[in-house]
Amino acid sequence: MSTLEIRDLHVAVGDKEILRGVNLNISSNETHAIMGPNGSGKSTLAYAIAGHPKYTVTSGTVLLDGEDLLAMSVDERARAGLFLAMQYPVEVPGVSVSNFLRSAVTAVRGEAPKLREFAKDLKNGMDALSIDPAFAQRNTNEGFSGGEKKRHEILQLELLKPKIAVLDETDSGLDVDALRVVSEGINRFRASGDTGVLLITHYTRILRYVKPDFVHVFAGGRVVEEGGPELADKLEAEGYESYVKASA
Amino acid sequence: MGLETMPVSKLHAESSYDPADFPVPTGREEEWRFTPLSRLKGLHDGTAAPVGNVVVEVDAAPEVTVETVGRDDARIGAAYVPSDRVSAQAYASFEKATVITVPREVVASRPTVVNVRGLGEGAGHGATYGHIVVRVEPMAQAVLVLDHTGGAVYADNVEFAIGEGATLKVVSLQDWADGAVHVSHHHAQLGKDATFRSFVVTLGGDLVRLSPSVSYTAPGGDADLTGLYFVDAGQHLEHRLWVDHGVPNCRSNVTYKGALQGDGAHSVWIGDVIIRAEAEGTDTYELNRNLLLTDGARADSVPNLEILTGEVAGAGHASASGRLDDEHIFYLQARGIPYDEARRLVVHGFFAQLLEKIEVEEIRERVLSAVEAELAR
Repeated sequence: MSTLEIRDLHVAVGDKEILRGVNLNISSNETHAIMGPNGSGKSTLAYAIAGHPKYTVTSGTVLLDGEDLLAMSVDERARAGLFLAMQYPVEVPGVSVSNFLRSAVTAVRGEAPKLREFAKDLKNGMDALSIDPAFAQRNTNEGFSGGEKKRHEILQLELLKPKIAVLDETDSGLDVDALRVVSEGINRFRASGDTGVLLITHYTRILRYVKPDFVHVFAGGRVVEEGGPELADKLEAEGYESYVKASA
Repeated sequence: MGLETMPVSKLHAESSYDPADFPVPTGREEEWRFTPLSRLKGLHDGTAAPVGNVVVEVDAAPEVTVETVGRDDARIGAAYVPSDRVSAQAYASFEKATVITVPREVVASRPTVVNVRGLGEGAGHGATYGHIVVRVEPMAQAVLVLDHTGGAVYADNVEFAIGEGATLKVVSLQDWADGAVHVSHHHAQLGKDATFRSFVVTLGGDLVRLSPSVSYTAPGGDADLTGLYFVDAGQHLEHRLWVDHGVPNCRSNVTYKGALQGDGAHSVWIGDVIIRAEAEGTDTYELNRNLLLTDGARADSVPNLEILTGEVAGAGHASASGRLDDEHIFYLQARGIPYDEARRLVVHGFFAQLLEKIEVEEIRERVLSAVEAELAR
């Protein structure tokens, strides 16, 4: 059982305050959806939790199982059990997917996986996400289509088995088939054990495949409404307009 | 390009076997302005007396002949005329030259390794001058390794004369001890349909200034010049490329990449290419990239392409120097990979494509582990 606790989180980029007091609790076996219009600060929340250097936490706390995540370096957070699936996965020239994944798995598990075992896990993981095995030898994310990048993020999610996964607009830019494959991956991950998911999305589309337990509406850098899955239906019907106006 | 930039044709107009034909550089000349002359130990102004503390040993493939000859051998200077003061000084000062010949139509069965070993502690006193001629006769094929180690102040010229339809692949490794000074000219003269592959790796020494150049005597020549350098605090590693397309339908490609770390780490890359009026159908591209791993390091990079014909197959250049990309490091760290390991992966990635081009496995392994050792510093 794990818990990610976000308390009164304020985050700035340069002099500009983006997050203005975010409170959230995510526990194992829960799936939370954060929904909100563009520019509401959803991605800032994801990157700030992961520790991207561009974002400055000006106040508040983020605890993973009681440990202060904000005091940790980016890699320590990941090894503590946090995972961020990025909206725009980064191309790393000259570093092959298999080399990258083996390094990541080694770091997170604290020991190098047995080669044969790793090769098998990698193959199964790629099969399940319909990723061409040739991708293992390609440079990380280099020349991947949008959908291939997102599948590669979910492959990492399944291999690294974090305690809490933050998925930042993993659904954006996916066609229906890719969305289904990616959603199945997320659902396999959810079913795999004691894991919590924070799903950040602009659209309700992915929530038809990945059912949230809780929905939080984000506007103006904070959570403005919370509810169950029914809240997503309301957003689908009415859009974000009323929230945007209220937070402006 | 700055106002001081001269046309390539003008920069390389002078050539002579006599050092007196070149004025002593002051550091204001275009070809010397990046080089710290005070660290050349007198190689540039005639004050470095010959001491002969560099040993040249050749471990040749059985099909390849190796001779040590005197200054009067007609094969010396046949493919190359010195084009700057230090090169001419080396030409005027060496006592014995090494001539390596790959006979006509012979395919050498293994790499020929030339060990150039400095016996001095670091720079020591006085200088050593050397000369190597490599002749690959028509239709022959060979791989050559030039392996520079130890401590010395060394100036030399290496001539590669590559005959019709012949192929020469050269790996030149500058793996000098700290304090060594090496100023060297490598000139490849390509005959009809000849192929030249040069792989330069410069890692060690206080100051290394290597000038690889290429010229073509007939159409169909094909030259790839690849380089990798890793510059540490206080080191000056300079590579000056010069490709002279003077005949039609030849090809050249220059790709040099360097990583720099530490205070006063300085790299210089000059990429001069000329496509002369008669060199129609030329295809050339040159690229230099530098990765600055710390503050206090400096990479100078000057590509310079002069085209005197309208009929080229392709001509281009690119140069970029930048820091380690924060986004690359963040992505790897976000997957649990510690900073040092992330940095190692990214630097390896930066060099990966180049390293694959080193066909001599022992050398590739050695360069890999040298890069590892640099990163562990």
